[in-house]
Amino acid sequence: MTAAEFGLDGRQGGALRRLSALFWRRPSLALVGLVVPPLAWLVLIYIAALGVLFIAAFWSVDPFTGEIDRTWTLANFEAVVSISTYRTIVFRTILIAAAVTLTDAILAFPVAYFMARIAGRRLRLVLITLVVLPLWSSYLARIYAWRLILAHDGALNWALRAIGLPSLSIGYSNWAMWIVFSYVWLPFMIMPVYAALERIPPSYFEASQDLGARGWRTLVKVVLPLAMPGLIAGSIFTFSLTLGDYITPVLVGGPGSDFIGNVVYSNVGVANNIPFAAAYATVPLVMMALYLWGARRLGAFEVM
Amino acid sequence: MTTGSKWMAALAGAAALIMPLGAFGAPASANYPAKIGDGEGQLNIVAWEGYAQDDWIKPFEKETGCQVHAKYAGSSDEMVALMRSGGGGEYDLVSASGDASLRLIYGGNVQPLDVKLIPAWNDFLPNLKSPPHNTLNGLHYGLSYEWGPNVLLWNTDKIKEAPKSWAAIYDAQYKGKVTVPDNPIQIADAALYLMKAEPKLGIKDPYELTQDQLAAAAALLKKQRPLIKKYWALASDEIELFKNGDAVIGAAWPYQTNTLKAAGVKVEDTIPEEGATGWADSWMLSAKSKHVNCAYKFMNYVSTPKVQAQQAIYFGETPANPKACDAMNAIEAGSCEKYHLNAPASYFDKIHFWKTPLPTCADGSRKCTSYSDWQRAWQQVKG
Repeated sequence: MTAAEFGLDGRQGGALRRLSALFWRRPSLALVGLVVPPLAWLVLIYIAALGVLFIAAFWSVDPFTGEIDRTWTLANFEAVVSISTYRTIVFRTILIAAAVTLTDAILAFPVAYFMARIAGRRLRLVLITLVVLPLWSSYLARIYAWRLILAHDGALNWALRAIGLPSLSIGYSNWAMWIVFSYVWLPFMIMPVYAALERIPPSYFEASQDLGARGWRTLVKVVLPLAMPGLIAGSIFTFSLTLGDYITPVLVGGPGSDFIGNVVYSNVGVANNIPFAAAYATVPLVMMALYLWGARRLGAFEVM
Repeated sequence: MTTGSKWMAALAGAAALIMPLGAFGAPASANYPAKIGDGEGQLNIVAWEGYAQDDWIKPFEKETGCQVHAKYAGSSDEMVALMRSGGGGEYDLVSASGDASLRLIYGGNVQPLDVKLIPAWNDFLPNLKSPPHNTLNGLHYGLSYEWGPNVLLWNTDKIKEAPKSWAAIYDAQYKGKVTVPDNPIQIADAALYLMKAEPKLGIKDPYELTQDQLAAAAALLKKQRPLIKKYWALASDEIELFKNGDAVIGAAWPYQTNTLKAAGVKVEDTIPEEGATGWADSWMLSAKSKHVNCAYKFMNYVSTPKVQAQQAIYFGETPANPKACDAMNAIEAGSCEKYHLNAPASYFDKIHFWKTPLPTCADGSRKCTSYSDWQRAWQQVKG
């Protein structure tokens, strides 16, 4: 075969051929060529940015000129630890992220189990579509919808009054955030749990029954351990998505609903205090690193 | 040097390159054109959404031949960033609010204006001719455009007796029904109230607070927090809170009052006896503008009563030029009064226009608290 048969002009074909011949002679070069661009992207854009963030956390802002003062100081981290408001916000963020993760796990498991093991082929397709469908609508539209539902004269209180119950005052509060977060991140829990449950061979259920285990025992001893990696993978999504969110607190939170992200946002935007924002932004990074380390020890990555 | 510290030094060097260098220069000095010459054919502006509507931009383009390219900004920070982008010459004019204007002035991003070339300036409301948020050392870095007060808004169905003082939003009888803006500048509202309520604190200007005064304002706001239903971030948040009965009293802009009234919600607003804070936008000319003549033509054009009225009605705010009153009424009967443009001088004296808190007080001493301090205090109020 000649270069002309490829429809290439002679010179270009020659260069390409030489290149492919080089890669054939030295396979390691081909590997380098394939790996370097994505690796460079990861290191330069991703890791280096985190590095810069971390370095900036040790700087400060001159209060008189607003300029960044590049002398090393631990003042930002001291403020994060010593000012009680910032500690409260960290605890609130983690607590709600954990509550949302637990709620989603409890809600997702029966749904995923039904989809994976009980529903027929067609119903399963319908259910998967229904679970994923909300993700195609705007996240903001769904949060605004919840705001109308939970408001003082909203749909929830209207329904409660209609059936003769006293109205609730949960609009614009941490309760509202818990409900809305649990709603928006639920598909991210259902899908991995579904995938884990679907993979359990039917023979395991039969074996469990043959050995005399009833439904509950099979669930606890067979299904749950095998679904655990899916639950942990799902929890990584729900936990990290809640941990990093700052829009839901603005829209449905009340007084005392700020998250870590809100503090970072207002320090970058409103106050122009980028070093402090960087210091505070390392808190969720550390939290997530610890969480992933824990998840790895529980074996979540082996099945992902 | 160990490898570790070399690596850190390299990272620090890279970080230094990425962080904005020399973002804060010195205020630009005056470089007035002798007269407004022929237009350059182009004008690039950074503006709030709704500030460059075809209704008044098209006639301007036809009249002057200056093609207007508007870039809408979503926040004051974005405005500042845009005016500094590409070395500063990308845009000619910006409609900066009081929280951005001083940053642009001290950053050397905008240049002084010769108000002699803008005759309508003489008609402006007295306290918007040389307000401290756009005028420095007698140099006009900005031309006032439109403004609005932060009013006390309440639901007349739920609160029968009209409140007269800001004390109402600190009153425990409205527990769980109060809403105020989610903005560190709310500290100025508290300081304004304390100026009258606790004179021994010695607050002279609600935007210039010493550490102790800031602490007192923050303490008042912390006491207010249990009463708050929600700190509103967007005007639409507050409108919804009042519509759905979540809030019955709060701090608002006249825009919210008018929107709620139009929607049939029974509300009223007032400037209480302590006065009120207010926001004001100014047109500012880039220090490196390439279309100075078109910019001056534009500033003259938007200062005329007709355009000031169009803008005011479109956005729900008040012009700086009181001669716009008749033009406003021509567009919408009674709108001049609705936006308080025909109010007596005493009304305007009660409004303390928004300006960035700076660590240097007006008297030159460095006892005042910076915006960063305010932001931190506000975070602690909100929890």
